[in-house]
Amino acid sequence: MQELINRAKALLESGEVARVLGWRKGENVWDVEPAFFNNAEELENFVYNGFCGANLSKYMIEASKLEGKTLVFLKPCDTYSFNQLTKEHRVDREKAYIIGVGCKGKLKVENIDAKGILDVIGADYPDAAETLTVKTLYGDTEVSYKSAMLERCHVCKGKEHMVYDELIGESVDTIDADRFAEVAKIEAMSPEEKFAFFQSELSKCIRCNACRNVCPACSCRKCVFDSNKFDSAQKANTTSFEEKMFHIIRAFHVAGRCTDCGECSRVCPQGIPLHLFNRKFIKDINELYGDFQAGADIDARGPLTNFQLDDCEPDIVTKRG
Amino acid sequence: MSEVMHECKHNPGFMRDCLIPQVGIITDIRTETPDVKTFRVNAPEGGKLFEHMPGQCAMVCVPGVGEAMFSITSSPTNKEYQEFSIKRCGVLTEHLHSMNVGDEIMVRGPYGNNFPVETELKGKNLLFIAGGIALAPLRSVINYCLDNRDNYGEIDILYGSRSADDLVQRKEIEEVWSKIPGVNVHLTIDREQEGWDGHVGFVPSYLKELAFDTNRTAILCGPPIMIKFCLQGLKEMGFAMEQVYTTLELRMKCGIGKCGRCNIGTKYVCKDGPVFRFDQVDELPNEY
Amino acid sequence: MLKINKNNLSALFAKIAESNELYLPVKSAGKTNFAAWDEAAEVDLDTLKTVKSPKDAFFPQSENLYSCHKEDGKTKIVPEKLEDAPFVVFGIRACDVRAIDVLDRVFLSEPVDSYYAARREHGIIVSYACHAPETSCFCKTFGIDCAAPAGDVVTWMIGDELYWDAKTPKGEKLTALVADLLTDADAAAVEAEQTAIRSIYEKLPNGTLSLEGWGAEAAQTRFDSPIWEQLYKPCLACGTCTFVCPTCQCYDIKDYNTGNGIQRYRCWDSCMYSDFTMMAHGNNRTSQMQRFRQRFMHKLAYYPANNEGMYSCVGCGRCVDKCPSHLNIVKVIKAFGKEGV
Repeated sequence: MQELINRAKALLESGEVARVLGWRKGENVWDVEPAFFNNAEELENFVYNGFCGANLSKYMIEASKLEGKTLVFLKPCDTYSFNQLTKEHRVDREKAYIIGVGCKGKLKVENIDAKGILDVIGADYPDAAETLTVKTLYGDTEVSYKSAMLERCHVCKGKEHMVYDELIGESVDTIDADRFAEVAKIEAMSPEEKFAFFQSELSKCIRCNACRNVCPACSCRKCVFDSNKFDSAQKANTTSFEEKMFHIIRAFHVAGRCTDCGECSRVCPQGIPLHLFNRKFIKDINELYGDFQAGADIDARGPLTNFQLDDCEPDIVTKRG
Repeated sequence: MSEVMHECKHNPGFMRDCLIPQVGIITDIRTETPDVKTFRVNAPEGGKLFEHMPGQCAMVCVPGVGEAMFSITSSPTNKEYQEFSIKRCGVLTEHLHSMNVGDEIMVRGPYGNNFPVETELKGKNLLFIAGGIALAPLRSVINYCLDNRDNYGEIDILYGSRSADDLVQRKEIEEVWSKIPGVNVHLTIDREQEGWDGHVGFVPSYLKELAFDTNRTAILCGPPIMIKFCLQGLKEMGFAMEQVYTTLELRMKCGIGKCGRCNIGTKYVCKDGPVFRFDQVDELPNEY
Repeated sequence: MLKINKNNLSALFAKIAESNELYLPVKSAGKTNFAAWDEAAEVDLDTLKTVKSPKDAFFPQSENLYSCHKEDGKTKIVPEKLEDAPFVVFGIRACDVRAIDVLDRVFLSEPVDSYYAARREHGIIVSYACHAPETSCFCKTFGIDCAAPAGDVVTWMIGDELYWDAKTPKGEKLTALVADLLTDADAAAVEAEQTAIRSIYEKLPNGTLSLEGWGAEAAQTRFDSPIWEQLYKPCLACGTCTFVCPTCQCYDIKDYNTGNGIQRYRCWDSCMYSDFTMMAHGNNRTSQMQRFRQRFMHKLAYYPANNEGMYSCVGCGRCVDKCPSHLNIVKVIKAFGKEGV
């Protein structure tokens, strides 16, 4: 971590970058927050540990409007989002100095099965600990690093950074699950079972919009749900139909552009597995148009914006049932 | 009438709750300017929907379109109806401008405080300064004072707008107000215009030209930029902040200080305002 | 002091539900929130913090105010029926009980909100002491004792026994209803439990925060502080903090077109949203910094100034747990404390 701070200080001092976008120490090891650092003194509060799950790409939209370059630290999976935003002309590659940081899987404190957590030892990067020692009000306990990881890390897209100016630190393979297994499980359900599943998950939604606001693909200046032109409110469900529609429409809007960064599920206060919607689209796109990973290649045309004569017809949906 | 429609024990004048409106009938529409119309509203059975004081506001609603707070421009001394002068500038006002005499709207109110016509303003010389549509809230005070003429001293009305066509209530100003003894009306428009032989120039500069003495209370309403420079002018003339009143306008939904959006500092503009003295405005965070 | 064995709780809930709507913490799809009880409900009394607070029971996220439709060409307004049947909210924590006091001062002050008033009149609060406080708790900062909540009935879970103590006439009435299921108990067990809870609470990192400089005076002194500029930056402008907060009470009023009429409803709103103060001609809070500042100034300065020093935060810590960017009121309080301004 000190290496990251030193490098950031050097780049600031040389004038190469005007500011640094990274993560700031919280009160505890797990409550780090995305932050801008303007000088060496502020960088003393920089932190990079297992709880730095936040994808900083979206903050680069605002940073792209500022004077000078911004040094941004991106994990391998974050670089897909950055590429996609570049492709959509929402961030300016020229305004970014990207340091690709190593990653050994990111953690979610809620995934640690313990009450009254005071400290988590072993979350530091590049500490190779496979076990987290959790100090709690009610005694100490140990959990495996993997069991506390974010869902997305179990289906990690890989250790490679898709875009960077320099790399610091090694990454670790964390993949131990099939990315589309959960989607396939839902696909296999009967229509009644599917409905019951979505009903039980989506009825928890409180319409806080955290999923939308954190999503790098949701970068519209004004969201359709914020329009006062129709009855749909962005802050309450007027009907049980609407609570489903909000998420389904959002999934449609990001289809083909969603990199599967998993931020929506990370931030949902009700623990709704929102990534499953997006992943269903990704699975369908892969099956219908060939494998495609949004954000992997900045020059590749998206399958949904690239018409080919031999594309499948819309009735494929009814045909396959 | 259904049984829940009885008068509310907590909130006299309202049907059960302050959030529930009454149906009102538009009985007259006057086109004041290209984008301002004055709507006269009566209860379905005739008469006024409620009693109010000068400066108070009401929520006007078209179901399915929207609801917003408007100042009541008619004076409480008018016993027959209430009027709202409404500028076309958003979804709801656009719709209101398309409505006709005889149409129904929904109204709830009155809300907020009022100009202190029976206390601080009584016996004083009054200087009204307004710009554009902001004559709407002042018209109710002006007419209240004119109808109780003996209670107030000399009255000066300084009113300006972009052009002669944008002067609201021009007929009443010229045919009624100007003819009352002890009332001086000073009109101005921003730029020269054919057929206009009155004063030309912005309200704040006309204010300086008129050079009022400080033996009067000023009531100032208009766009923020006009307020800023008029206030500066009044200060230069020696007016104390305690001598100047204005109204604030923020987004409102409930009208009773609960929904939170007109909260600024410790005040709720819908309930504690809209009328504020400038020394009170100065105490608020600069967020209006 | 009375008690009931854990194994008999479903009988207790069934008995209450015979004549009252009963709301209590129910686990559904992995998360615990207050919900109506039925026999199939997975009641969860172990989770300390429900995701949403129980404020829904008195101030629902959405509720109809009235509906209107045309009858013979005339608009007819039909106010929504007010709550007129008794209901019980079981398992409210000490902080959330205080939050209802905070809401009372808003909704029950003149002019009274009749929708809320009706629910308060008919609602019975059965509170539940916190056996195991969590790291994000800081209720004592606001003078709340999680070992001794307020409420119509106060309960403690000690081992396998739920201890039950009626505190108000409403609580006595409810107790009479379920008297057959309760047995006499020794108050000493509750005192021991309270001592144990308080000793755990002492170990909390933010158990007691200094509120020096907050309160009414902060309305003048802290508005213009440069600290806000440093604090707000990671804010995503979502409404998580406001929607999980037990005291946030701002609302919007909207129309829903049913096809043959209009339902006018209100729903929770968030001062974090950019359209909160938007008017046809502009917005008086154009930056997220202003909106962020408003939320905390309201809780820690404006509300206390209008309510004899009572804060509009109860230290439940939900925002601490749930903010996607890990911003929260504890960090705000501490940032100002550190700077000493």
